[in-house]
Amino acid sequence: MIDNRAETTAALKTHAKNMRRLCLQMAYSCGGSAHLGGGLSLIEATAVLYGAVMNTAHCYEYAARDKFILSKGHGVLGFYAALAEFGVIDEKLLDTFLQDGSDLIAHPVMKPELGLETSSGSLGQGISMAAGLALAAKKKGYSFQTYVLCGNGESNEGSVWEACMSAVNFGLDNFTLFLDNNHMQSDGCSENVMNVSDKYAGMLKALGFQVIEIDGNDIGQVYDAFMEPHVPGRPKAIVGNTVKGKGVSFMENNNDWHHGRLTKDQFEAALAEVEAAR
Amino acid sequence: MIEINRSKARLWSRLGARATLGQAILEAAKERDDFYVMSADLAQSSGLVRFREEFPDRFINAGIAEQNMIGLAAGMAKDGTNVFATSFSPFVTMRACEQVRMNMGYMQLNIKTVGLGSGLIMAQLGNSHFGIEDGAVMRAIPGMTVIDPADGVEIVKTVEALCDYKKPAYLRLTGGPGLPIVYEGDIDFQIGKAIQVREGKDISIIATGTMVYYGKAAAEILAQKGIDAAVIDMHTIKPLDSACVDAQLDKKLIVTVEEASIVGGLGSAVAEHLAAKRNKPAQLMLGIKDCFPHAGSYQYLLEQCGLTGEQIAADIEAAFGQMA
Repeated sequence: MIDNRAETTAALKTHAKNMRRLCLQMAYSCGGSAHLGGGLSLIEATAVLYGAVMNTAHCYEYAARDKFILSKGHGVLGFYAALAEFGVIDEKLLDTFLQDGSDLIAHPVMKPELGLETSSGSLGQGISMAAGLALAAKKKGYSFQTYVLCGNGESNEGSVWEACMSAVNFGLDNFTLFLDNNHMQSDGCSENVMNVSDKYAGMLKALGFQVIEIDGNDIGQVYDAFMEPHVPGRPKAIVGNTVKGKGVSFMENNNDWHHGRLTKDQFEAALAEVEAAR
Repeated sequence: MIEINRSKARLWSRLGARATLGQAILEAAKERDDFYVMSADLAQSSGLVRFREEFPDRFINAGIAEQNMIGLAAGMAKDGTNVFATSFSPFVTMRACEQVRMNMGYMQLNIKTVGLGSGLIMAQLGNSHFGIEDGAVMRAIPGMTVIDPADGVEIVKTVEALCDYKKPAYLRLTGGPGLPIVYEGDIDFQIGKAIQVREGKDISIIATGTMVYYGKAAAEILAQKGIDAAVIDMHTIKPLDSACVDAQLDKKLIVTVEEASIVGGLGSAVAEHLAAKRNKPAQLMLGIKDCFPHAGSYQYLLEQCGLTGEQIAADIEAAFGQMA
């Protein structure tokens, strides 16, 4: 880890670019459809977490290894890409994405030795799991931090708010929620489905979270938000306003790419755009 | 190990299933510090108040939020720690069903859910609180163990066994204060191994939960009518003791009795096992007949569902008559 903020964030920006390339390669080479939009919106969060924040070496013992829970399980592209980019798994493993017998399917399947702490895919459950991990850490004196990433569409689930309530109740200042708030969901714009995505930050604040609202696709802002110390006795929430499909102009805010299949031309165009980005 | 004797068996009978659970957990906690207990705002109703007072660090109240309780339990159990998560049976098995499925089924985390007041004991509170389908729903989840103890002694033995059981399980508690006594002393209790409580050569009554007592009562009545009935306590509904079921194939009739729906529970488990056998006795399935009974006193409900000793005996006698 590099101490200097400017150098670190510059390096993370390169990592994020590589991760977008890995996402596109996985999505194209799997030969089928993949959740590109929601995978690309969370890249900066996983890049910062795996590149600068978490102690993730999978060989570390349970009590010391920081925990990351991908509650929006369909965001795997941005998750698997981080695991490969930061050496938790071999990049070659990404070639198996969605192939029969692979450990890397469309929603994470628990396999701690591959950095996959839990199985997810059913929305609204990861925050409870993360709160339980953080609560156990407090009770048992484990040093690990728990990070959970959830989506704005996912936050329609009532269980998300049960979990948030309990994180405040138990004073989990070893728990950080990153809300990938891309303002879209499966059926399109959240404002046409469940029009509250601009209210989540206020809801979390009202519950008693330490809330930091940022541009969730700005590496510097994401880095600073994760680095900001916890207020003692309070869980932290980073509401990252993001763009679904971020980094590929024909995917951005276009819900055809919530779960879509790339043609060769589209793949090449997307890859060229990601490579050209500064 | 909790000492078990006749006076304790009587005490647990007076206390009923829920308070006995609380006692068993309290006693186990004094001997070992490797488990947590959770409640969804029902510590009072679960006999867990003394445990909460004596072991405040090991008791976690999730509030009235069963889905989150199971998720929290999963996080707590992620390092292998045993977590008992308790609530009334429909809330912990059905309100939180998908959390149970993901965390206890898919991830096989070491959680023990306890369904309090299952079956019909919630009486006048109505079907919202009854445990009719809870066992069936839990049994359908891959990798889940389902246990329905017969009486206070067996509840205590089950809690002890679950403390050492490194798999997810659902503990279904039927019956209330004045719990019928099947066992007056210690028993050899093993998860997945049925207990024969009465020998008999004509028919076999395979029962679970409170119905072990009522099945035994029915067998005594049948004995006076010349029908010799074996009674088996199938406390573990899943994994089913299939060897024990196979040992009943020489009988003229197999009867399953449960304080639960006849859809998907013990009767179904036995029938599923027997389906492929060529020569097998007929099976009479007794339980709640795929309906929401009209709420009222526990006795009123048992009678409505045909689950008293006399009614069970009468149904068996009629079925046995058709066999001849």
